[in-house]
Amino acid sequence: MKIKYLKLDKIDGPLIMLSGVKHATYDEIVDIEVAGQKPKKGRVVQIDRDKVIIQVFESTTGISLTNSSVAFSGKPMQIPLSKDILGRVFNGIGEPIDGAGFYAENKYEIGGRPINPVGRKYPRNYIQTGISSIDGLTTLIRGQKLPIFSGDGLPHNQLAAQIVKQAKIAEADAGNSNTENFAIVFAAMGIKHDEAEYFKKQFELSGVSSRVVMYVNLADEPIVERITTPRCALTAAEYLAFEHDMHILVIMTNMTSYCEALREISSAREEVPSRKGYPGYLYSDLASLYERAGMIKNAKGSITQIPILTMPNDDIAHPVPDLTGFITEGQIILSRELFQKNINPPINILPSLSRLMKDGIGEGYTREDHPDVANQVFSAYSHVKDVRALAQVIGEDDISEIDRKYMEFGRQFEQKLLNQGFDTNRNIEQTLNLMWELLTVLPKEELNRLNPELIQKYYKG
Amino acid sequence: MDSIKAKVIYINGPVVKAENAESFKMREMVQIGRKKLIGEIISIEKDIATIQVYEETSGLEWGEEVVSTDKPLCVKLGPGIIGNIFDGIERPLDRLYETGTAFIPEGIGLITIDKEKLWDVEITVKAGDMLLPGSTYATVKESSLIVHKLMVPPAIKGKAVFVEKSGKYNIEHTVVKLEGGNDVYELKLYQEWPIRDPRPVSRRKPIQTPLITGQRVIDTFFPLAKGGTAAIPGGFGTGKTITQHQLAKWSDADIIVYVGCGERGNEITEVLEDFPKLIDPRSGKSLMERTVLIANTSNMPVAAREASIYTGITIAEYYRDMGYNIAIMADSTSRWAEALREISGRLEEMPAEEGYPAYLPSRLAQFYERASDVETLSGENGSVTIIGAVSPAGGDFSEPVTQNTKRVVSSFLALDKSLAYARHYPAINWLNSYSGYIADLSDWYEENVAKDMLELRAKMLRILQEENKLMEIVKLVGEDILPDDQRLILEISRVIKIGYLQQNAYHKDDANVSPQKQYRMLSVINKLYERALDCIKNGVPISHVKKDDLFYKITTMKYNVPEDRLKLLDAMIEEIDEYYDSLKCKYGKGECKL
Repeated sequence: MKIKYLKLDKIDGPLIMLSGVKHATYDEIVDIEVAGQKPKKGRVVQIDRDKVIIQVFESTTGISLTNSSVAFSGKPMQIPLSKDILGRVFNGIGEPIDGAGFYAENKYEIGGRPINPVGRKYPRNYIQTGISSIDGLTTLIRGQKLPIFSGDGLPHNQLAAQIVKQAKIAEADAGNSNTENFAIVFAAMGIKHDEAEYFKKQFELSGVSSRVVMYVNLADEPIVERITTPRCALTAAEYLAFEHDMHILVIMTNMTSYCEALREISSAREEVPSRKGYPGYLYSDLASLYERAGMIKNAKGSITQIPILTMPNDDIAHPVPDLTGFITEGQIILSRELFQKNINPPINILPSLSRLMKDGIGEGYTREDHPDVANQVFSAYSHVKDVRALAQVIGEDDISEIDRKYMEFGRQFEQKLLNQGFDTNRNIEQTLNLMWELLTVLPKEELNRLNPELIQKYYKG
Repeated sequence: MDSIKAKVIYINGPVVKAENAESFKMREMVQIGRKKLIGEIISIEKDIATIQVYEETSGLEWGEEVVSTDKPLCVKLGPGIIGNIFDGIERPLDRLYETGTAFIPEGIGLITIDKEKLWDVEITVKAGDMLLPGSTYATVKESSLIVHKLMVPPAIKGKAVFVEKSGKYNIEHTVVKLEGGNDVYELKLYQEWPIRDPRPVSRRKPIQTPLITGQRVIDTFFPLAKGGTAAIPGGFGTGKTITQHQLAKWSDADIIVYVGCGERGNEITEVLEDFPKLIDPRSGKSLMERTVLIANTSNMPVAAREASIYTGITIAEYYRDMGYNIAIMADSTSRWAEALREISGRLEEMPAEEGYPAYLPSRLAQFYERASDVETLSGENGSVTIIGAVSPAGGDFSEPVTQNTKRVVSSFLALDKSLAYARHYPAINWLNSYSGYIADLSDWYEENVAKDMLELRAKMLRILQEENKLMEIVKLVGEDILPDDQRLILEISRVIKIGYLQQNAYHKDDANVSPQKQYRMLSVINKLYERALDCIKNGVPISHVKKDDLFYKITTMKYNVPEDRLKLLDAMIEEIDEYYDSLKCKYGKGECKL
């Protein structure tokens, strides 16, 4: 017989406090019954002798000090999982919200244990997204965590939808057809109703709905569930990847809302704030999510993460993008300037980076010339920026002839390569050929990042 | 004496408090609860002790027992460390993996270096010998490169009353017994040492040898020193980790201790997959034969992250005491500082700058001061070089960790975002970086590289600085307007930047470059500059002086001259002479060899 505690000491935002508790374990789940409401769940976040602080999922609205009862379960939070989750929609604590019930024999803890670096497999194969700027210049690797840094109003959702629609796994280790062992786990944290609708519709239109699992916590839903949403999603991803050998693409949006939820709870707990009021453990907390991407030695599957975050005021030094960038393996940055020039997807390639790209491209993966040609395009485009700044001061007519060629390269690069729109799908061959075509705008002597053999083979200037 | 038992009364993440703990000591190691989680006492007030826990506290209950171990947090030092990978408190990760899961289980207790493995022990003392602290009593061939000396621990001395025969033993076997005063000490194949205490040495020596890294921008322009300290600060994406990896691969230390502190799991895996395959150019053996990895990735418990750099430096000091040169890479010290901040926040301490605790500067200084070039207790020479990566928030070097680190390190290799964006790697900014060791090392460079090495270095730096000033003008009015000698500065700077400072970590002839080749390359560039300048002074226009294919050839010499064919560089000097001789002749100023 479980003991139920009937009297609370304090209710503060999402937290309740009670005393006289005999057995409480740190991080366990509690069941809360409130008169006249459906049962709620909560989690133990602090124990001080017999006083316990509990974070309540859903909301604390309607709870009084005397109208509720609390029972301790003795277990950390778990969600049921089976392969039937594909195609279903759940809320932030893993309950189905698409009208049907869900039952599975096995339950999994959502906290997730850290992967032993010895047990990891280094990610080495790429995912073709069909987007030239990503495939060619910031290649996405299977098992990578590559966030999209965006700003409010920029088309990150369209970009994410395009990736989901076009993503194809290069099957070097063939055998399985693409569609069967490839699935998407979608975690929505604090996004708007219409954004959620947009994603649902896009998944349907592109015919991937049956391969998508969604965990949704909308902007007006309880913030405590926002903390568990990505953890449920990643637990589902680990289950599919490591128990069923599937390749999983996890889209997590919006990480900024997630961090704000964390800050809200932290301040309710009266914790000492660090930068911009975010809790001191923000880095560790984000790492506990992002580090769940990867591949392990004793399973064939992989977890690739694309977290999406909006940079408040487009400031990349804000704690959320900053700490994210230190954990993730690169970043894809969207630019308001390109967006206003009507270049879509507006990926600013210079600050964008894929750290794992070097080991997953080139001979045997994409094409032998890929690393060098990408390098050359980066260096040429970064020179374009200098030339443009100069041309703005002295006028385009007065710059040297070679710099005029760079200006032309920059224009063509943006128009032809970046501006492919949200519906064009280019394979890697097409992307690389396009990059060579752009480089022909420049004379051979300028191509100092390319070795002469490659120039001979591909340069057609 | 029975071990003291206290009771858990408070749990908040990695911070746990226990009552009935008045006899616990500061910094003592304790085991907590049924799972025997490992923790360390960090404050005591009346009968309540605060403990930082090195493992996940999920599932811990109020009232569980806290058991004292009566010793501070220690590492076991003995054979089995080299080539191994440990977590922040020296638990071997490969052994944890062998338990059958790719994830890190909890409550694994205290396991360290392998107790079962038999080592070939060669005893080097005989009964009756008087042994002093630090003297060697046996040796073990630990890897193909490292001979592990078993040394008498610092506080112990005495007469050998029992000596085992040479043979195969595991580390728990007592091989020597010492009688000193009224005590008998049993010496096994390991000793324990508290991680927060520096190991004693006989004396510290002044800095005199560089740590050769094979990286041109470092060895030529901003050298590191054996026994010195260096910081590599840079925002994300500027290539800190890759620079650290390059140093771990190519620097001429005997042993590398690589501490992955709060960094990415995949990066550690990359090291684990790459290093065994890479060949150390000096020994011809696999790099793993001289490498120790300490890995506490960002999602592993935060308190162990705080401990990991101390574990690393203690291991480094232990091997230093055997007379080796050690380089320890800490990637990244900012993560360590954040771990301090996180724990400090949970302790509700008064925060200083940006939420960091007020003791951050003193902790940083204590850590970097453990770098040293020393004479060990047994009179040998050894050194520990510390190279710490710093990850300033937003790439802003004015934040507390970078500033406080800057005060205690002597080499500062500033990584630069805009260089990284242009894929100029290593993205070390030559204007902000500095090395405080130039004066200390000048003798070494003169003797071992060339008399005028440092002169050339200063000259090239001057050209780069000049270019920086000229670029301000160019940004306003364009390059064409400058006089020819200034345009030459720009052209030569381009050659230095692309042909010398940029170094391709993945090219077989470029990843690692000897100081001799560095000097010869620098001489080629100098020759080019001097001859070109001479022509310009004689009225030859820049359009002719800058011969594209000659400049191209010099810019790409780094790829085309292998270490064993440095003569090719002499040929290049001849080619330069030939071209400018003929040019001068054409303009009627020089001697014509017709």
